[in-house]
Amino acid sequence: MTEEEYKDICVQRFGAEIYTKLADSRVAVAGLGGLGSHIAVMLARSCVGTLHLIDFDAVDISNLNRQEYYIPHIGRPKTQCLKEKLMEINPFIHILTDNVRVTRENLEEIFREEAIVCEAFDRPEEKAMLVNGILEKLPHVRLISGSGMAGFGDANEIQTKRIFQNFYLCGDGKTDSEEGAGLMAPRVSICAGHQANQAVRLILQQG
Amino acid sequence: MKVNGKENILKQNVVLSDYLEQLGYRTDRIAVERNGLIVPRDSYKECVLSDSDTLEIVHFVGGG
Repeated sequence: MTEEEYKDICVQRFGAEIYTKLADSRVAVAGLGGLGSHIAVMLARSCVGTLHLIDFDAVDISNLNRQEYYIPHIGRPKTQCLKEKLMEINPFIHILTDNVRVTRENLEEIFREEAIVCEAFDRPEEKAMLVNGILEKLPHVRLISGSGMAGFGDANEIQTKRIFQNFYLCGDGKTDSEEGAGLMAPRVSICAGHQANQAVRLILQQG
Repeated sequence: MKVNGKENILKQNVVLSDYLEQLGYRTDRIAVERNGLIVPRDSYKECVLSDSDTLEIVHFVGGG
């Protein structure tokens, strides 16, 4: 398979104008767990030209119930495992990786080049840290966050809402993984789909 | 004062950090926008709310 063949298929599917916008775009994914690993796969399939993947963690057996990793990945860095997987899906995109824990101190350095960031952390304190930090320090960034996707409740409660000018929130806003209902693949994937779709909409200037 | 799209009467001015505490929010799990601008986290104690303000409070839950 050549790059030309791959591009031709995508142009047939999406149209040349949309393909070009996607191929010229760049999205950062902060956290490569149940949300981030799925978001990255969907954006790679959508021909987003550059993906910036950020996570400090290694794949664990407890990730397999909902994340895009396999048994041979266990113990290896998520950034590396996901990059390998994405290269098998679409080898014609650029993938940047940062194997680092995001903090209030380093987030400006990590995200300064980005126009679109998907927040895909697990803990609510980390989500709030990233959202506050980016909205305070990098006001040009359009940020898409995920909150509320645990359990197996009504899938239709998961929505995308524009909360602030540059801030979109996906999820049901309430089901907490810390309160009984654990994370399961279907609702986590649905929320990831909302975030990836909102990223594509922003790239294509559809709101 | 409008809070998350709903009208709330604010009888007297109140500091944001006190208001959030009254509502039961954990300040390490939220983001707050006041009149269209993000309120920096380290200024919650200095930010004084009045009845003419519009407030959006986002509360994050775990999972990802």
